Amino acid sequence: MKDAIVLDGLTKDYGSLTAVDHVSLNIEEGEVFGFLGPNGAGKTTTIRMLVGLTTPSEGSATVAGYDIGDDIVEVKRRVGVVPEASNLYDELSVWDNLLFSSRLYHVPKDERAARIGDLLEIFKLEDRRNTKFGRLSKGLKRRVVIAAALVHQPRIIFMDEPTSGLDVLSALSLRRLIRELRLEDTTVFLTTHYIEEADQLSDRVAIIVEGRIVIVDTPENIKLSIRGAPILEARLSQAPDQLMIRELELGGRVEFNENRIRIEIENLTGTLESLIMLASQRGIQVTDLHTLQPSLEDAFVELTGVSTEVMRVEKENRGR
Amino acid sequence: MLADDLRGVYFILLKDLKAYYFKPPNISWGILFPLVLTLAFSLRNPVGLLELAPGLIAMAAVFGTTSMEAIVITFERRTGALERLLIAPISLKAILMGKVLGGTVFGLMISGFMTIISITFFGMGLVAPLWFLISLILTLLTLSALGALVAVSVKEVFEAQTLSNYFRFPMIFLCGVFIPVGAMPAPLQAVAYLLPLTYSVASLRATTIGVSSSLGLIVPLAALSLFLVGFLAAAHALLKKSLK
Repeated sequence: MKDAIVLDGLTKDYGSLTAVDHVSLNIEEGEVFGFLGPNGAGKTTTIRMLVGLTTPSEGSATVAGYDIGDDIVEVKRRVGVVPEASNLYDELSVWDNLLFSSRLYHVPKDERAARIGDLLEIFKLEDRRNTKFGRLSKGLKRRVVIAAALVHQPRIIFMDEPTSGLDVLSALSLRRLIRELRLEDTTVFLTTHYIEEADQLSDRVAIIVEGRIVIVDTPENIKLSIRGAPILEARLSQAPDQLMIRELELGGRVEFNENRIRIEIENLTGTLESLIMLASQRGIQVTDLHTLQPSLEDAFVELTGVSTEVMRVEKENRGR
Repeated sequence: MLADDLRGVYFILLKDLKAYYFKPPNISWGILFPLVLTLAFSLRNPVGLLELAPGLIAMAAVFGTTSMEAIVITFERRTGALERLLIAPISLKAILMGKVLGGTVFGLMISGFMTIISITFFGMGLVAPLWFLISLILTLLTLSALGALVAVSVKEVFEAQTLSNYFRFPMIFLCGVFIPVGAMPAPLQAVAYLLPLTYSVASLRATTIGVSSSLGLIVPLAALSLFLVGFLAAAHALLKKSLK
Protein backbone atom coordinates (compact mmCIF):
# COMPACT_ATOMS: atom_id res chain seq x y z
CA MET A 1 0.00 0.00 0.00
CA LYS A 2 1.35 3.44 -0.94
CA ASP A 3 1.67 6.26 1.57
CA ALA A 4 -0.83 9.05 1.08
CA ILE A 5 0.69 11.35 3.70
CA VAL A 6 4.25 11.28 5.05
CA LEU A 7 5.45 13.60 7.82
CA ASP A 8 9.16 13.67 8.50
CA GLY A 9 10.22 15.61 11.58
CA LEU A 10 7.53 18.21 10.95
CA THR A 11 7.93 21.07 13.41
CA LYS A 12 6.19 24.38 13.96
CA ASP A 13 7.51 27.04 16.31
CA TYR A 14 5.65 30.19 17.30
CA GLY A 15 8.42 32.20 18.92
CA SER A 16 9.55 30.19 21.94
CA LEU A 17 6.50 27.90 21.80
CA THR A 18 6.88 24.68 19.84
CA ALA A 19 3.34 23.82 18.73
CA VAL A 20 4.36 20.74 16.72
CA ASP A 21 7.59 19.03 17.69
CA HIS A 22 9.35 16.78 15.15
CA VAL A 23 6.30 14.75 14.20
CA SER A 24 6.94 11.81 11.88
CA LEU A 25 4.05 9.71 10.55
CA ASN A 26 3.19 7.58 7.55
CA ILE A 27 -0.47 7.35 6.57
CA GLU A 28 -1.43 4.81 3.94
CA GLU A 29 -3.78 5.34 1.02
CA GLY A 30 -7.33 4.47 1.98
CA GLU A 31 -6.63 4.66 5.69
CA VAL A 32 -8.84 6.50 8.17
CA PHE A 33 -6.28 8.02 10.51
CA GLY A 34 -7.44 9.45 13.83
CA PHE A 35 -5.31 12.27 15.19
CA LEU A 36 -6.13 12.83 18.85
CA GLY A 37 -4.83 15.05 21.57
CA PRO A 38 -5.88 17.55 24.21
CA ASN A 39 -6.85 21.08 23.14
CA GLY A 40 -3.75 22.98 22.01
CA ALA A 41 -1.71 19.80 21.52
CA GLY A 42 -0.87 20.67 17.89
CA LYS A 43 -3.54 18.80 15.91
CA THR A 44 -4.91 21.78 13.99
CA THR A 45 -1.43 23.26 13.45
CA THR A 46 -0.36 19.96 11.90
CA ILE A 47 -3.31 20.02 9.50
CA ARG A 48 -2.67 23.69 8.69
CA MET A 49 0.89 22.84 7.68
CA LEU A 50 -0.23 19.91 5.55
CA VAL A 51 -2.76 22.00 3.58
CA GLY A 52 -0.57 25.07 3.11
CA LEU A 53 -2.14 27.43 5.65
CA THR A 54 1.11 27.78 7.53
CA THR A 55 4.69 26.85 6.75
CA PRO A 56 6.70 24.39 8.85
CA SER A 57 9.63 25.73 10.86
CA GLU A 58 11.51 22.48 10.34
CA GLY A 59 11.04 19.07 8.73
CA SER A 60 9.10 18.11 5.65
CA ALA A 61 5.97 16.35 4.51
CA THR A 62 4.46 14.98 1.35
CA VAL A 63 0.76 14.73 0.64
CA ALA A 64 -0.43 12.65 -2.33
CA GLY A 65 3.24 12.39 -3.31
CA TYR A 66 3.79 16.15 -3.48
CA ASP A 67 6.03 18.14 -1.16
CA ILE A 68 4.11 20.68 0.94
CA GLY A 69 6.97 23.15 0.51
CA ASP A 70 7.66 23.00 -3.22
CA ASP A 71 4.37 21.76 -4.68
CA ILE A 72 1.71 23.08 -2.36
CA VAL A 73 -0.68 23.97 -5.21
CA GLU A 74 -0.52 20.33 -6.43
CA VAL A 75 -1.22 19.21 -2.85
CA LYS A 76 -4.22 21.56 -2.63
CA ARG A 77 -5.61 20.17 -5.89
CA ARG A 78 -5.75 16.69 -4.39
CA VAL A 79 -7.06 17.30 -0.91
CA GLY A 80 -10.34 18.32 0.64
CA VAL A 81 -10.35 20.25 3.89
CA VAL A 82 -13.11 20.41 6.47
CA PRO A 83 -11.91 23.17 8.80
CA GLU A 84 -12.96 23.39 12.41
CA ALA A 85 -14.93 26.59 11.73
CA SER A 86 -17.91 26.58 9.37
CA ASN A 87 -16.39 29.31 7.25
CA LEU A 88 -18.40 29.49 4.05
CA TYR A 89 -19.98 32.69 2.77
CA ASP A 90 -23.03 33.83 4.75
CA GLU A 91 -24.42 35.94 1.93
CA LEU A 92 -24.36 33.17 -0.66
CA SER A 93 -26.92 30.39 -0.90
CA VAL A 94 -26.01 26.76 -0.21
CA TRP A 95 -25.97 26.11 -3.97
CA ASP A 96 -23.80 29.16 -4.72
CA ASN A 97 -21.33 28.22 -2.00
CA LEU A 98 -20.95 24.71 -3.43
CA LEU A 99 -20.76 26.11 -6.95
CA PHE A 100 -17.98 28.49 -5.89
CA SER A 101 -16.05 25.63 -4.31
CA SER A 102 -16.45 23.49 -7.43
CA ARG A 103 -15.19 26.35 -9.57
CA LEU A 104 -12.19 27.04 -7.33
CA TYR A 105 -11.24 23.36 -7.46
CA HIS A 106 -11.54 23.26 -11.26
CA VAL A 107 -14.44 20.80 -11.45
CA PRO A 108 -15.38 20.63 -15.17
CA LYS A 109 -18.31 22.91 -15.94
CA ASP A 110 -20.56 20.13 -17.27
CA GLU A 111 -20.10 18.07 -14.08
CA ARG A 112 -20.68 20.78 -11.49
CA ALA A 113 -24.48 20.69 -11.28
CA ALA A 114 -24.60 16.88 -11.03
CA ARG A 115 -21.96 16.72 -8.32
CA ILE A 116 -23.58 19.46 -6.27
CA GLY A 117 -26.97 17.77 -6.70
CA ASP A 118 -25.51 14.47 -5.44
CA LEU A 119 -23.96 16.16 -2.40
CA LEU A 120 -27.19 17.96 -1.57
CA GLU A 121 -28.92 14.59 -1.65
CA ILE A 122 -26.27 12.82 0.47
CA PHE A 123 -26.35 15.57 3.10
CA LYS A 124 -30.14 15.99 2.90
CA LEU A 125 -29.87 19.61 1.90
CA GLU A 126 -32.04 19.60 -1.24
CA ASP A 127 -34.72 21.78 0.32
CA ARG A 128 -32.08 24.26 1.52
CA ARG A 129 -30.31 24.76 -1.79
CA ASN A 130 -31.52 28.36 -2.11
CA THR A 131 -31.18 29.25 1.58
CA LYS A 132 -28.39 31.65 2.44
CA PHE A 133 -25.59 29.96 4.37
CA GLY A 134 -25.79 32.55 7.15
CA ARG A 135 -29.39 31.55 7.87
CA LEU A 136 -28.67 27.86 8.42
CA SER A 137 -28.47 26.20 11.81
CA LYS A 138 -25.03 25.22 13.15
CA GLY A 139 -25.58 21.58 12.20
CA LEU A 140 -26.73 22.39 8.67
CA LYS A 141 -23.78 24.74 8.18
CA ARG A 142 -21.45 21.92 9.15
CA ARG A 143 -23.04 19.66 6.54
CA VAL A 144 -22.56 22.27 3.80
CA VAL A 145 -18.92 22.77 4.80
CA ILE A 146 -18.30 19.03 4.54
CA ALA A 147 -20.10 18.90 1.19
CA ALA A 148 -17.91 21.77 -0.05
CA ALA A 149 -14.79 19.78 0.87
CA LEU A 150 -15.99 16.81 -1.17
CA VAL A 151 -17.18 18.60 -4.30
CA HIS A 152 -13.96 17.96 -6.24
CA GLN A 153 -13.85 14.30 -5.13
CA PRO A 154 -10.47 14.51 -3.38
CA ARG A 155 -8.45 11.35 -2.68
CA ILE A 156 -7.34 12.71 0.69
CA ILE A 157 -9.58 14.54 3.14
CA PHE A 158 -8.52 16.43 6.23
CA MET A 159 -11.35 16.72 8.71
CA ASP A 160 -10.80 18.94 11.73
CA GLU A 161 -13.53 18.19 14.27
CA PRO A 162 -16.09 17.36 11.55
CA THR A 163 -18.92 16.35 13.89
CA SER A 164 -18.46 19.25 16.27
CA GLY A 165 -21.82 21.00 16.53
CA LEU A 166 -23.68 18.33 14.59
CA ASP A 167 -26.90 16.83 15.92
CA VAL A 168 -26.90 13.10 16.63
CA LEU A 169 -28.47 12.06 13.30
CA SER A 170 -26.15 14.26 11.22
CA ALA A 171 -23.14 12.96 13.14
CA LEU A 172 -24.26 9.39 12.48
CA SER A 173 -24.72 10.04 8.77
CA LEU A 174 -21.28 11.70 8.60
CA ARG A 175 -19.70 8.68 10.27
CA ARG A 176 -21.44 6.49 7.71
CA LEU A 177 -20.06 8.71 4.97
CA ILE A 178 -16.52 8.41 6.35
CA ARG A 179 -16.85 4.62 6.27
CA GLU A 180 -18.08 4.82 2.66
CA LEU A 181 -15.15 7.07 1.74
CA ARG A 182 -12.82 4.48 3.20
CA LEU A 183 -14.40 1.78 1.03
CA GLU A 184 -13.63 3.99 -1.97
CA ASP A 185 -9.96 4.12 -0.86
CA THR A 186 -10.13 7.76 0.13
CA THR A 187 -7.65 8.65 2.86
CA VAL A 188 -9.22 10.46 5.81
CA PHE A 189 -7.08 12.39 8.30
CA LEU A 190 -9.45 12.99 11.18
CA THR A 191 -9.09 15.05 14.31
CA THR A 192 -11.88 14.83 16.85
CA HIS A 193 -12.38 15.27 20.55
CA TYR A 194 -15.00 12.50 20.48
CA ILE A 195 -12.63 9.63 21.30
CA GLU A 196 -15.32 7.02 20.76
CA GLU A 197 -15.82 8.38 17.25
CA ALA A 198 -12.12 7.96 16.50
CA ASP A 199 -12.27 4.45 17.97
CA GLN A 200 -15.18 3.46 15.72
CA LEU A 201 -13.85 5.03 12.53
CA SER A 202 -10.07 4.89 12.57
CA ASP A 203 -7.81 2.17 11.23
CA ARG A 204 -5.01 3.72 13.26
CA VAL A 205 -4.80 6.48 15.81
CA ALA A 206 -2.01 8.82 16.83
CA ILE A 207 -2.12 10.68 20.13
CA ILE A 208 -0.26 13.96 20.26
CA VAL A 209 0.56 15.74 23.52
CA GLU A 210 2.32 19.12 23.65
CA GLY A 211 3.30 18.78 20.00
CA ARG A 212 4.82 15.30 20.33
CA ILE A 213 3.39 11.99 19.21
CA VAL A 214 3.14 9.69 22.22
CA ILE A 215 1.65 6.65 20.47
CA VAL A 216 0.63 5.52 16.97
CA ASP A 217 -1.18 2.23 16.60
CA THR A 218 -4.54 0.61 15.95
CA PRO A 219 -7.20 1.51 18.53
CA GLU A 220 -7.19 -2.13 19.74
CA ASN A 221 -3.44 -2.18 20.32
CA ILE A 222 -3.53 1.18 22.08
CA LYS A 223 -6.22 -0.11 24.45
CA LEU A 224 -4.18 -3.26 25.15
CA SER A 225 -1.02 -1.26 25.72
CA ILE A 226 -2.62 0.69 28.54
CA ARG A 227 -3.75 -2.15 30.77
CA GLY A 228 -2.54 -5.70 30.52
CA ALA A 229 -5.68 -7.19 32.01
CA PRO A 230 -9.40 -6.53 31.79
CA ILE A 231 -11.40 -5.40 34.82
CA LEU A 232 -14.05 -7.27 36.77
CA GLU A 233 -16.69 -4.89 38.07
CA ALA A 234 -19.08 -6.07 40.77
CA ARG A 235 -21.91 -4.36 42.59
CA LEU A 236 -22.47 -5.62 46.12
CA SER A 237 -25.48 -5.39 48.44
CA GLN A 238 -23.28 -3.47 50.90
CA ALA A 239 -19.79 -1.91 51.02
CA PRO A 240 -16.95 -4.40 51.55
CA ASP A 241 -14.80 -4.16 54.70
CA GLN A 242 -11.05 -3.45 54.65
CA LEU A 243 -10.12 -7.06 55.30
CA MET A 244 -12.15 -8.24 52.29
CA ILE A 245 -10.45 -5.66 50.08
CA ARG A 246 -6.98 -6.64 51.32
CA GLU A 247 -7.73 -10.31 50.55
CA LEU A 248 -9.02 -9.43 47.06
CA GLU A 249 -5.87 -7.37 46.41
CA LEU A 250 -3.86 -10.57 46.56
CA GLY A 251 -5.37 -11.38 43.14
CA GLY A 252 -4.86 -7.97 41.46
CA ARG A 253 -5.33 -4.18 41.80
CA VAL A 254 -8.62 -3.22 43.45
CA GLU A 255 -10.58 0.03 43.32
CA PHE A 256 -13.80 0.52 45.23
CA ASN A 257 -16.44 3.15 45.67
CA GLU A 258 -19.05 2.40 48.33
CA ASN A 259 -20.66 -0.86 47.20
CA ARG A 260 -19.05 -0.96 43.73
CA ILE A 261 -15.76 -2.78 43.38
CA ARG A 262 -13.34 -3.05 40.42
CA ILE A 263 -10.70 -5.76 40.34
CA GLU A 264 -7.96 -6.07 37.73
CA ILE A 265 -8.23 -9.66 36.53
CA GLU A 266 -5.11 -11.83 36.42
CA ASN A 267 -7.03 -15.08 36.66
CA LEU A 268 -10.76 -14.77 36.07
CA THR A 269 -11.82 -18.04 37.75
CA GLY A 270 -9.66 -17.46 40.82
CA THR A 271 -10.79 -13.85 41.22
CA LEU A 272 -14.47 -14.80 40.81
CA GLU A 273 -14.20 -17.64 43.36
CA SER A 274 -12.46 -15.36 45.90
CA LEU A 275 -15.01 -12.60 45.46
CA ILE A 276 -18.04 -14.86 45.86
CA MET A 277 -16.50 -16.72 48.81
CA LEU A 278 -15.44 -13.54 50.67
CA ALA A 279 -18.84 -11.94 50.03
CA SER A 280 -20.86 -14.96 51.16
CA GLN A 281 -18.71 -15.28 54.35
CA ARG A 282 -19.93 -11.74 55.22
CA GLY A 283 -23.53 -12.25 54.10
CA ILE A 284 -23.01 -9.82 51.19
CA GLN A 285 -24.95 -10.42 47.96
CA VAL A 286 -23.27 -9.89 44.55
CA THR A 287 -26.06 -7.99 42.76
CA ASP A 288 -24.31 -7.29 39.43
CA LEU A 289 -21.18 -8.66 37.79
CA HIS A 290 -19.49 -7.89 34.47
CA THR A 291 -16.08 -7.47 32.87
CA LEU A 292 -14.82 -4.15 31.46
CA GLN A 293 -12.34 -3.80 28.63
CA PRO A 294 -10.20 -0.63 28.69
CA SER A 295 -11.59 1.87 26.18
CA LEU A 296 -9.66 4.19 23.88
CA GLU A 297 -10.88 6.97 26.15
CA ASP A 298 -9.16 5.25 29.12
CA ALA A 299 -6.00 5.05 27.06
CA PHE A 300 -6.32 8.69 26.04
CA VAL A 301 -6.74 9.80 29.65
CA GLU A 302 -3.80 7.70 30.78
CA LEU A 303 -1.51 8.93 28.00
CA THR A 304 -2.47 12.59 28.06
CA GLY A 305 -3.50 13.09 31.65
CA VAL A 306 -6.51 15.05 30.36
CA SER A 307 -10.12 14.07 30.94
CA THR A 308 -12.07 13.94 27.69
CA GLU A 309 -14.99 15.61 29.44
CA VAL A 310 -12.78 18.58 30.40
CA MET A 311 -11.52 18.71 26.81
CA ARG A 312 -15.06 18.73 25.43
CA VAL A 313 -16.17 21.52 27.75
CA GLU A 314 -13.07 23.61 26.88
CA LYS A 315 -13.77 23.09 23.19
CA GLU A 316 -17.42 24.05 23.48
CA ASN A 317 -16.57 27.16 25.49
CA ARG A 318 -14.01 28.17 22.89
CA GLY A 319 -16.57 27.74 20.11
CA ARG A 320 -19.05 30.10 21.78
CA MET B 1 -1.29 26.82 -14.01
CA LEU B 2 -1.74 30.38 -15.33
CA ALA B 3 -5.13 29.40 -16.76
CA ASP B 4 -6.18 28.01 -13.36
CA ASP B 5 -5.07 31.24 -11.69
CA LEU B 6 -6.95 33.39 -14.20
CA ARG B 7 -10.09 31.33 -13.68
CA GLY B 8 -9.55 31.66 -9.92
CA VAL B 9 -9.30 35.47 -10.22
CA TYR B 10 -12.53 35.53 -12.23
CA PHE B 11 -14.47 33.28 -9.84
CA ILE B 12 -13.30 35.19 -6.75
CA LEU B 13 -14.38 38.42 -8.45
CA LEU B 14 -17.82 36.97 -9.29
CA LYS B 15 -18.24 35.64 -5.77
CA ASP B 16 -17.26 38.95 -4.14
CA LEU B 17 -19.55 40.96 -6.41
CA LYS B 18 -22.48 38.70 -5.59
CA ALA B 19 -21.77 38.23 -1.87
CA TYR B 20 -20.78 41.79 -1.00
CA TYR B 21 -20.56 44.54 -3.58
CA PHE B 22 -23.80 44.19 -5.54
CA LYS B 23 -26.07 44.19 -2.51
CA PRO B 24 -28.92 46.74 -2.66
CA PRO B 25 -27.52 48.95 0.16
CA ASN B 26 -24.13 49.17 -1.58
CA ILE B 27 -25.66 49.92 -4.97
CA SER B 28 -27.81 52.68 -3.49
CA TRP B 29 -24.74 54.08 -1.68
CA GLY B 30 -22.89 53.94 -5.00
CA ILE B 31 -25.61 56.10 -6.58
CA LEU B 32 -26.13 58.41 -3.63
CA PHE B 33 -22.47 59.17 -2.99
CA PRO B 34 -21.80 60.87 -6.37
CA LEU B 35 -25.15 62.68 -6.14
CA VAL B 36 -24.37 64.05 -2.67
CA LEU B 37 -20.85 64.99 -3.79
CA THR B 38 -22.33 66.85 -6.78
CA LEU B 39 -24.95 68.61 -4.68
CA ALA B 40 -22.45 69.68 -2.02
CA PHE B 41 -20.00 71.17 -4.51
CA SER B 42 -22.79 72.72 -6.64
CA LEU B 43 -24.06 74.62 -3.62
CA ARG B 44 -20.55 75.65 -2.54
CA ASN B 45 -19.16 76.71 -5.90
CA PRO B 46 -21.68 76.56 -8.79
CA VAL B 47 -19.37 78.25 -11.33
CA GLY B 48 -16.18 76.20 -11.01
CA LEU B 49 -17.71 72.76 -11.31
CA LEU B 50 -16.15 71.91 -14.65
CA GLU B 51 -12.67 72.48 -13.22
CA LEU B 52 -13.60 70.37 -10.24
CA ALA B 53 -15.18 67.47 -12.15
CA PRO B 54 -12.02 65.33 -12.70
CA GLY B 55 -11.27 65.71 -8.99
CA LEU B 56 -14.77 64.58 -8.08
CA ILE B 57 -14.34 61.51 -10.30
CA ALA B 58 -11.07 60.78 -8.51
CA MET B 59 -12.75 61.20 -5.11
CA ALA B 60 -15.55 58.83 -6.14
CA ALA B 61 -12.82 56.38 -7.18
CA VAL B 62 -11.11 56.68 -3.78
CA PHE B 63 -14.22 55.94 -1.77
CA GLY B 64 -15.63 53.42 -4.25
CA THR B 65 -12.51 51.27 -4.23
CA THR B 66 -11.25 51.46 -0.67
CA SER B 67 -14.43 51.67 1.41
CA MET B 68 -15.87 48.22 0.72
CA GLU B 69 -12.75 46.32 -0.21
CA ALA B 70 -10.93 46.86 3.07
CA ILE B 71 -14.05 45.66 4.89
CA VAL B 72 -14.50 42.62 2.64
CA ILE B 73 -10.95 41.36 3.15
CA THR B 74 -10.77 41.98 6.91
CA PHE B 75 -14.28 40.53 7.37
CA GLU B 76 -13.31 37.36 5.52
CA ARG B 77 -10.13 37.10 7.54
CA ARG B 78 -12.10 37.49 10.74
CA THR B 79 -14.70 34.84 9.85
CA GLY B 80 -12.09 32.47 8.43
CA ALA B 81 -13.67 32.64 4.97
CA LEU B 82 -10.39 33.93 3.50
CA GLU B 83 -8.85 30.58 4.49
CA ARG B 84 -11.15 28.89 1.99
CA LEU B 85 -9.30 30.76 -0.74
CA LEU B 86 -5.92 30.07 0.84
CA ILE B 87 -6.52 26.28 0.79
CA ALA B 88 -7.73 26.34 -2.82
CA PRO B 89 -5.36 25.32 -5.64
CA ILE B 90 -4.63 28.85 -6.82
CA SER B 91 -1.72 31.15 -6.12
CA LEU B 92 -1.69 33.94 -3.54
CA LYS B 93 -1.26 36.40 -6.43
CA ALA B 94 -4.51 35.17 -7.97
CA ILE B 95 -6.38 35.52 -4.66
CA LEU B 96 -5.06 39.05 -4.25
CA MET B 97 -5.96 40.02 -7.83
CA GLY B 98 -9.48 38.63 -7.41
CA LYS B 99 -9.92 40.80 -4.33
CA VAL B 100 -8.41 43.89 -5.98
CA LEU B 101 -10.67 43.50 -9.01
CA GLY B 102 -13.75 43.40 -6.75
CA GLY B 103 -12.88 46.85 -5.41
CA THR B 104 -11.99 48.02 -8.92
CA VAL B 105 -15.36 47.02 -10.40
CA PHE B 106 -17.27 48.64 -7.53
CA GLY B 107 -15.11 51.78 -7.86
CA LEU B 108 -15.77 51.78 -11.62
CA MET B 109 -19.51 51.74 -10.95
CA ILE B 110 -19.32 54.77 -8.64
CA SER B 111 -16.75 56.80 -10.55
CA GLY B 112 -18.50 55.87 -13.81
CA PHE B 113 -21.71 57.33 -12.43
CA MET B 114 -19.78 60.44 -11.34
CA THR B 115 -18.38 60.70 -14.89
CA ILE B 116 -21.92 60.53 -16.35
CA ILE B 117 -23.06 63.30 -13.96
CA SER B 118 -20.01 65.40 -14.88
CA ILE B 119 -20.68 65.03 -18.61
CA THR B 120 -24.44 65.55 -18.31
CA PHE B 121 -24.67 68.34 -15.74
CA PHE B 122 -21.25 70.05 -15.72
CA GLY B 123 -20.70 69.88 -19.48
CA MET B 124 -17.43 67.99 -19.04
CA GLY B 125 -16.01 66.63 -22.28
CA LEU B 126 -13.54 63.83 -22.90
CA VAL B 127 -10.66 65.20 -24.94
CA ALA B 128 -8.97 61.78 -25.05
CA PRO B 129 -11.62 59.13 -24.27
CA LEU B 130 -9.30 56.11 -24.56
CA TRP B 131 -6.62 57.71 -22.35
CA PHE B 132 -9.35 58.77 -19.92
CA LEU B 133 -10.47 55.13 -19.65
CA ILE B 134 -6.87 53.99 -19.18
CA SER B 135 -6.33 56.69 -16.52
CA LEU B 136 -9.53 55.79 -14.68
CA ILE B 137 -8.87 52.02 -14.72
CA LEU B 138 -5.28 52.52 -13.58
CA THR B 139 -6.50 54.84 -10.81
CA LEU B 140 -9.09 52.30 -9.68
CA LEU B 141 -6.64 49.40 -9.74
CA THR B 142 -4.04 51.40 -7.79
CA LEU B 143 -6.48 52.59 -5.14
CA SER B 144 -8.01 49.14 -4.87
CA ALA B 145 -4.52 47.66 -4.38
CA LEU B 146 -3.99 50.28 -1.64
CA GLY B 147 -7.27 49.12 -0.04
CA ALA B 148 -6.02 45.51 -0.16
CA LEU B 149 -2.70 46.55 1.38
CA VAL B 150 -4.52 48.33 4.22
CA ALA B 151 -6.79 45.29 4.75
CA VAL B 152 -3.99 42.74 4.97
CA SER B 153 -2.06 44.98 7.37
CA VAL B 154 -4.72 44.85 10.09
CA LYS B 155 -6.87 42.28 11.85
CA GLU B 156 -10.14 44.05 12.61
CA VAL B 157 -12.69 45.68 10.31
CA PHE B 158 -12.66 48.94 12.31
CA GLU B 159 -8.85 49.07 12.09
CA ALA B 160 -9.11 48.82 8.30
CA GLN B 161 -11.55 51.74 8.25
CA THR B 162 -9.37 53.88 10.51
CA LEU B 163 -6.18 53.11 8.63
CA SER B 164 -7.91 53.79 5.28
CA ASN B 165 -8.84 57.26 6.51
CA TYR B 166 -5.20 58.03 7.26
CA PHE B 167 -4.61 57.67 3.53
CA ARG B 168 -7.91 58.86 2.09
CA PHE B 169 -8.25 62.30 3.62
CA PRO B 170 -4.66 63.54 3.12
CA MET B 171 -4.87 62.26 -0.48
CA ILE B 172 -8.11 64.15 -1.11
CA PHE B 173 -6.83 67.43 0.31
CA LEU B 174 -3.36 67.27 -1.20
CA CYS B 175 -4.09 65.77 -4.62
CA GLY B 176 -4.74 69.10 -6.31
CA VAL B 177 -8.54 69.02 -6.43
CA PHE B 178 -9.05 71.88 -4.02
CA ILE B 179 -5.69 73.67 -4.25
CA PRO B 180 -3.41 73.21 -7.29
CA VAL B 181 -0.29 71.29 -6.25
CA GLY B 182 1.92 74.06 -7.68
CA ALA B 183 0.32 76.60 -5.32
CA MET B 184 1.11 74.58 -2.20
CA PRO B 185 4.13 75.23 0.07
CA ALA B 186 7.14 73.18 -0.96
CA PRO B 187 6.92 70.58 1.88
CA LEU B 188 3.25 69.90 1.05
CA GLN B 189 4.11 69.63 -2.64
CA ALA B 190 6.64 66.95 -1.74
CA VAL B 191 3.99 65.06 0.22
CA ALA B 192 1.47 65.50 -2.62
CA TYR B 193 3.85 63.85 -5.08
CA LEU B 194 4.11 60.84 -2.78
CA LEU B 195 0.37 60.24 -3.07
CA PRO B 196 -1.13 58.25 -5.97
CA LEU B 197 -4.26 60.39 -6.17
CA THR B 198 -2.17 63.41 -7.23
CA TYR B 199 -1.22 61.51 -10.39
CA SER B 200 -4.80 60.30 -10.88
CA VAL B 201 -6.16 63.85 -10.80
CA ALA B 202 -3.40 65.03 -13.18
CA SER B 203 -4.16 62.29 -15.71
CA LEU B 204 -7.94 62.64 -15.41
CA ARG B 205 -7.70 66.42 -15.91
CA ALA B 206 -5.49 66.01 -18.94
CA THR B 207 -7.84 63.50 -20.56
CA THR B 208 -11.17 65.18 -19.74
CA ILE B 209 -10.96 68.96 -19.68
CA GLY B 210 -7.60 69.06 -21.44
CA VAL B 211 -5.77 70.88 -18.63
CA SER B 212 -2.33 69.33 -18.38
CA SER B 213 -0.26 69.81 -15.27
CA SER B 214 3.51 70.19 -15.50
CA LEU B 215 3.62 66.38 -15.34
CA GLY B 216 1.87 65.84 -18.69
CA LEU B 217 0.07 62.51 -19.16
CA ILE B 218 2.77 59.88 -19.40
CA VAL B 219 4.45 60.71 -16.05
CA PRO B 220 1.20 60.35 -14.04
CA LEU B 221 0.34 57.08 -15.79
CA ALA B 222 3.85 55.74 -15.17
CA ALA B 223 3.70 56.86 -11.53
CA LEU B 224 0.30 55.18 -11.06
CA SER B 225 1.68 51.97 -12.58
CA LEU B 226 4.59 52.06 -10.12
CA PHE B 227 2.24 52.64 -7.19
CA LEU B 228 0.07 49.74 -8.40
CA VAL B 229 2.99 47.33 -8.60
CA GLY B 230 4.34 48.55 -5.24
CA PHE B 231 0.99 48.18 -3.42
CA LEU B 232 0.37 44.74 -4.93
CA ALA B 233 3.87 43.54 -4.02
CA ALA B 234 3.55 44.84 -0.46
CA ALA B 235 0.06 43.31 0.01
CA HIS B 236 1.31 39.99 -1.42
CA ALA B 237 4.31 40.00 0.91
CA LEU B 238 2.12 40.71 3.95
CA LEU B 239 -0.38 38.02 3.00
CA LYS B 240 2.45 35.54 2.51
CA LYS B 241 3.95 36.52 5.85
CA SER B 242 0.64 35.80 7.55
CA LEU B 243 1.03 32.17 6.44
CA LYS B 244 4.40 31.81 8.18
